[in-house]
Amino acid sequence: MKKKILEFLKLILIFSFGKVKKFTLRFKKTKTMKDMMIVYYSEAKAAPLTGKKVAWITSGGPVEPLIAMDIIPVYPENHGAMIGAAKMGGGLCEKAEAMGYSSDLCSYARSDISCATVNGGPIGGLPKPDMLICCNNICGTVLKWYEVQARYFNVPLFILDTPICHTQYTPEIARYVRSQFDEYFAFLESACQKKLNYDRLNEVLLRSFQTQVLWQEILDTTRSKPSPMTAFDAFFHMALIVTLRGTPEVVDYYTELLKTMKDRAARGIGAVPNEKYRLLWDNIPIWHRMRWLSKEFASHNACLVADTYTSAWCGTLKYVKGDNPIDSMAEVYTRIYLNIGVDEMAKMVIEMIDKYEVDGLVLHSNRSCKPYSFGQLDIQKIVERERGLPCLMIESDMVDERSFSEGQISTRIDAFMEIIKERKEKSKK
Amino acid sequence: MEEITEIKNITADPYAYCRKYKDETGKKIVGYTCSYTPEELIYAAGALPFRIFGTNQDIRLADANLQSYCCSLVRGILEEALSNRLDFIDGVIFPHTCDSIQRLSDIWRINVKQKFHIDFVLPVKLNTASARQYLFDILEKLKNDLERALSVQITDATLADAVKTYNQIRALMKKLYALRVQRPAIISGRDFHSIIKAAMMMDRKIFLKTIEKIVTQIETSDRKVISGDKRLVLAGSVCSHPEIYDIIEQAGGIVVGDDLCTGSRYFEGVMDENVSPMEAIARRYLNRPVCPAKHNGLTNRGENIIRIVRESKADGVVFLLLKFCDPHAFDYPDIKAMLDKENIPCMLLDMEEQLPAEAQLQTRFETFIQIL
Repeated sequence: MKKKILEFLKLILIFSFGKVKKFTLRFKKTKTMKDMMIVYYSEAKAAPLTGKKVAWITSGGPVEPLIAMDIIPVYPENHGAMIGAAKMGGGLCEKAEAMGYSSDLCSYARSDISCATVNGGPIGGLPKPDMLICCNNICGTVLKWYEVQARYFNVPLFILDTPICHTQYTPEIARYVRSQFDEYFAFLESACQKKLNYDRLNEVLLRSFQTQVLWQEILDTTRSKPSPMTAFDAFFHMALIVTLRGTPEVVDYYTELLKTMKDRAARGIGAVPNEKYRLLWDNIPIWHRMRWLSKEFASHNACLVADTYTSAWCGTLKYVKGDNPIDSMAEVYTRIYLNIGVDEMAKMVIEMIDKYEVDGLVLHSNRSCKPYSFGQLDIQKIVERERGLPCLMIESDMVDERSFSEGQISTRIDAFMEIIKERKEKSKK
Repeated sequence: MEEITEIKNITADPYAYCRKYKDETGKKIVGYTCSYTPEELIYAAGALPFRIFGTNQDIRLADANLQSYCCSLVRGILEEALSNRLDFIDGVIFPHTCDSIQRLSDIWRINVKQKFHIDFVLPVKLNTASARQYLFDILEKLKNDLERALSVQITDATLADAVKTYNQIRALMKKLYALRVQRPAIISGRDFHSIIKAAMMMDRKIFLKTIEKIVTQIETSDRKVISGDKRLVLAGSVCSHPEIYDIIEQAGGIVVGDDLCTGSRYFEGVMDENVSPMEAIARRYLNRPVCPAKHNGLTNRGENIIRIVRESKADGVVFLLLKFCDPHAFDYPDIKAMLDKENIPCMLLDMEEQLPAEAQLQTRFETFIQIL
């Protein structure tokens, strides 16, 4: 009983803190990411007080219907990134291993599964879900992970199954995914006991597409030399396009960010002081070594100007067709970067190499993410063949910091940068 | 038994069997990687469906395309393809399974020249109306793709024959399982494993005749088998180390049932011969026991293993967990909890490319068997 009262008081505290923050934020000209995330997580955590429903959703899942239904979306993967950045991944993964989960499993999943049982991590765990939304356009792992959580929390699970498009997006896939969106809407209506307002959904979708255009424009400011931001900045700013795209606050935030980046570009301010070399990053960031890696590359006057990861949240805008945004959703959500064949991924990597005029490719071979990492060796070969570009593969893990060796990776970065420098010198002559 | 010797010769060198088969019959051979491949369609197209298992030995080429944290099954399959040892295959079908097989299909397409390469992208969930409709749709598509690739017509008559033949094979395999439950030692675990592998490789009509003979002989045999051994159920993906059966038997155990891809998951489910063959085929794939890469409810895999344990009167379960196999590794803790609740003891065996030393493994099995 005492514990329950304490829990309740804690919720009130979080709720009031979030409310105050939200109120003061209204008068702040530049909103920081930290402010916005505090408001977001305190609203989510206070859901039992406000009566709002909470849905856990995968990072590639369609969040717009949740926003349109006033359901608070919560992202275990975003939480995983926070755990990684706080260097708390090793401890939580170890706990999952003690629960019987193999150390070879995805570290987002491992840390989330154990975190749910102890409310650990940098924000004391996620708010409990009322429902789970699992879209497998990013991997098959999320299906298994969400099954575990659906059993643990005993809440309904909706699976949006987006068949992989190895070589084509077939009419069969289009029909299947489109009809699942109707099932998705029905699932939400039954979970919330209210009807979905389709006008509102269309509005949210249009705003989401608008946000994606903005996000692409922000990423494209790095075409300037020197680049006004690095991929590490993009990893930081991406949190909102993942979690809250479709809300007006995010449009404001990115409009402001775009202005800042354009301004920096116009004034020739580079993110890396003496940018001489430009690099492309592949795969999910190594969250526990962001600052370290950023310094390592900067010490070589190298700027990671683009990456295949953050651009995944705006890469399918080309599939928005006609004037019914709901009908576009199937294709937009099915044909994302990870849900296509390796050869098509390689093609996109080469397009990015040309677009951002990079001198080298850094591939994070991520033990936690098989669909992102298997095929990288082929992508590397294709890039070397088609563009003759030096490539560096770093084997690591996005969250689990336990086996990372700074000394070893640093030596490899040094050697890689030597090759790039030599190659650039030669091409000048 | 003469038939078992024949089967063991084939599974000892399946590639030689395939080459000879091709020379003698002129038939085409279609490779596949997962028990969710609708073999019935390949059969109806007049080709031999051949399950590719890969190798555990001498990986030289696949490491240039796959990182160290990829499972030995996927690596072994790629190795065989890159080394051209599978050159007798006319084409290959990749059903969507897990993340690793998904990328294997891409890497294969980029690096291996084959006459045809078909991705059969199954639904991941099987328990909704739209998923069922989608499965029907892609089965039709696969039929068309196969017809084009093999330049044949798949007729209703050949399809009906496929359904009938596969039903007969599966019924006999089920019978063999039932006989094993009654008299476990009547056939060794390793021989049993060979029979299952042969079912995925041999000319199916010939296999049907062979298995018929084996079942009849066992049924009519009055050989008394007294076995005081502890009865075990194996659970996992593919068993790539048949010597495990020997080691279990030496340790005082005997396998009486399984939930394996190289086992009951491949045989379970009967096709309805009173509906259209395509519908019958689809329905079976929707209803057979799932592999963990598919979704058909939250607890059905655990329930299925408990059912197998009960029906086979087993004393315990051995999980064979292939290292780096995500779907099985995710299911393991909750299934173990379900078994604990039912007081069914279980042990976990992590399988790498190479098994641990035999003596060590035998001790582990003995320790487990002693507590049963």
